[in-house]
Amino acid sequence: MGEVQEKKVGIISCSGEDCVEGTISRVATRQALGKLRPNETVTICLPLFLAGGREEREFARDYPTITVDGCDKMCAKVATERYSGKPASTIVVTDVLKNLHCPKLSSRRKLNNEALAVAEKVAEKIAEEVDEVLRHWV
Amino acid sequence: MKMDAPTKKKVIIIPCSGIGKAFGSISRDATYEVTENLRKDTTQTLCLALLVSGDEDSIRLVRNNKCITVDGCPLQCAEKNLKLAGGKLAGSLRVVDAYKENRHLKPRSVTFLDPDGQQMALKLAERIAEKVDGLLEDQ
Repeated sequence: MGEVQEKKVGIISCSGEDCVEGTISRVATRQALGKLRPNETVTICLPLFLAGGREEREFARDYPTITVDGCDKMCAKVATERYSGKPASTIVVTDVLKNLHCPKLSSRRKLNNEALAVAEKVAEKIAEEVDEVLRHWV
Repeated sequence: MKMDAPTKKKVIIIPCSGIGKAFGSISRDATYEVTENLRKDTTQTLCLALLVSGDEDSIRLVRNNKCITVDGCPLQCAEKNLKLAGGKLAGSLRVVDAYKENRHLKPRSVTFLDPDGQQMALKLAERIAEKVDGLLEDQ
């Protein structure tokens, strides 16, 4: 994470290893970052943030963040609140799934087409939230 | 007197899953290769973020079982976080070392590993599996 001077939104994904929703949070974050809003977003490496990464914590304190969690334990949100401040927005993959027609998700290692479609939905939601945050940037 | 069957211990594999570079994705994929294929009966993984959030079940798991951390870069966040949680660190591997040993591989893609990234993950997975075997022999 280099020096950031312009308007940027930090996306923090839980990347939970133990469930497919964690992989979806990760893939969606990468899609939002690389394809949907490449100029408006940066990602923060959660393990580094948790291990005490100074730059990561300062960024999350000084810039708006969106956390993307796989499940309702919301580890990314909890960590962001604990070390830097309240995120501007929180997205939980299991909440997004509730509004879909019970897609059959694949393994956590390799997402099937249905899981990839969910990741795309989550990525779009991240992009919408980024736009919303930027709209209200003071 | 009836004795309870001993609980089978597992080796816990914890990748950093760093999201900024391909090395984090390789650590994650190598972990899945071990826990789902190579040593699926003797290993498991857990959510690193959940562990560091203070989840009691996760903390108990890493304190009662030997753990191997798999880090993408020299910052070694998985190892640092495991130590913070008081876990039993029995081995520590780094993708960057696998990279030094396989310089012909140039993994670039982060979201979905490219063929070079997949190959490096498999090589790293074999190293992890060897480490697991060593730890189980000592047990």
